[in-house]
Amino acid sequence: MSSADIARASTRISHEILESNKGPDGLVLLGIPTRGVTLADRIGALIAEFSGVSVPVGALDVTMYRDDLHRNPTRTPHPTQIPAGGVDGKTVVLVDDVLFSGRSIRAALDALGDIGRPAAVRLAILVDRGHRELPIRPDFVGKNLPSARNERVNVRLSAVDGVDEVTIG
Amino acid sequence: MRHLLDTKTLSRAQALRILDVAEDMRDTQTREVRKLPTLRGKTVVNLFFEDSTRTRISFEAAAKRLSADVINFSAKGSSVSKGESLQDTAQTLQAMGADAVVIRHGASGAPQILATSGWISAGVVNAGDGTHEHPTQALLDAFTIRKRLFGDDSRGRDLAGTHVTIVGDVLHSRVARSNVWLLTTLGARVTLVAPPTLVPQDVSAWPVEVRFDLDEAIAAAPDAMMMLRIQLERMGAAYFPTEREYSRRWGLDARRLDALPAGSIVLHPGPMNRGLEISADAADSPRSTVLEQVANGVSVRMAALYLLLAGERTEANAEEYAR
Repeated sequence: MSSADIARASTRISHEILESNKGPDGLVLLGIPTRGVTLADRIGALIAEFSGVSVPVGALDVTMYRDDLHRNPTRTPHPTQIPAGGVDGKTVVLVDDVLFSGRSIRAALDALGDIGRPAAVRLAILVDRGHRELPIRPDFVGKNLPSARNERVNVRLSAVDGVDEVTIG
Repeated sequence: MRHLLDTKTLSRAQALRILDVAEDMRDTQTREVRKLPTLRGKTVVNLFFEDSTRTRISFEAAAKRLSADVINFSAKGSSVSKGESLQDTAQTLQAMGADAVVIRHGASGAPQILATSGWISAGVVNAGDGTHEHPTQALLDAFTIRKRLFGDDSRGRDLAGTHVTIVGDVLHSRVARSNVWLLTTLGARVTLVAPPTLVPQDVSAWPVEVRFDLDEAIAAAPDAMMMLRIQLERMGAAYFPTEREYSRRWGLDARRLDALPAGSIVLHPGPMNRGLEISADAADSPRSTVLEQVANGVSVRMAALYLLLAGERTEANAEEYAR
């Protein structure tokens, strides 16, 4: 995916979120570090542009809720930033770059449950590469990217990596 | 991280990693549900051969907030009072499946022996050994200083340019030793102030300045004053004539508190001897960080247990693994 493809996908996801929520009311965007946070910021800015209302954007770190911690070298957690209004009764849209096994999202749902009780939780993903291991599906997808299990999908975003692109390696 | 035994061998990167993870742990403590599932199924043993209330409770709280199981073991009322050796005690804990052992011992070096003897495979955290080190206390002190100085911008920052003055019974204090090493690793300048009888003989090898007059040290405008507890239980010999004289010359009273520059803070590792090394005015002033230190202690110990226990336990762990 090129920079233009990513921009187009983000724009469409922003419109779809506004459409399914019937406007920007009660929306909270939470990005999953690292690149999900960048994407959430972008989608938040686009939603503000399209609806004229700025929606709260934050970050939700899932490191301490992962089920594979003891199988990997110690992961360094990232900061979690919940917007001032909290998540209780809100429609929380989780934002991440790649959806693969679904285990990060499972961890994110657990983390969210410890923070509050949203009215609904949705999932926005830039790239869905398949190979789910849990019954989790995205509500908003930038691109379906069929891939082999052993392939690597690399998402680079300008705020983190200096360039916007998605490649398979 | 395999063990946490001292701050002398802790690198700047390792120390900052613990402090930064502690920031994340601190953030989780403001949530509706403060318990994290991270260490579910792990067992942490608090092995305390010396009396301690706050350190043991702090480790217990930290382990429980990470969902680890906690077994408290104190020497009083255990087989140790029947003469069981450290080796037998350790091997018993190993057989029970301890994943981490938090040890406090009166003998300097006991945690080191536990970690290197091969008696146990668990991670070892030093919670104070003799007059050697108390690394988690120093880490929570550094965390508290950093938080007061930089607030929400603390992540990733060291203490370069900060001047910390440590006052009191340096001779018997493992807290002072751990702080000297950690604070200088983080770039701070450390001054020790004590009666000549309470300055260790080997102090010339430490990266510190030593003063004997507290008023001169306060005139040097430190950013943080750390008052050490006078450890009356370790005062076998007479190190100063009377408590009153000590308090007059090296205690932080209201006058000295007022002489401190604006913005400088007062730390005390607790428990405090009010009226001896610290006056009630100083202990209860807005400069005092005593209660913040207690709260931050739980976050720092959560970080230490997380880094010790959460990852795959292999010797060859890549330290700087990031997502």
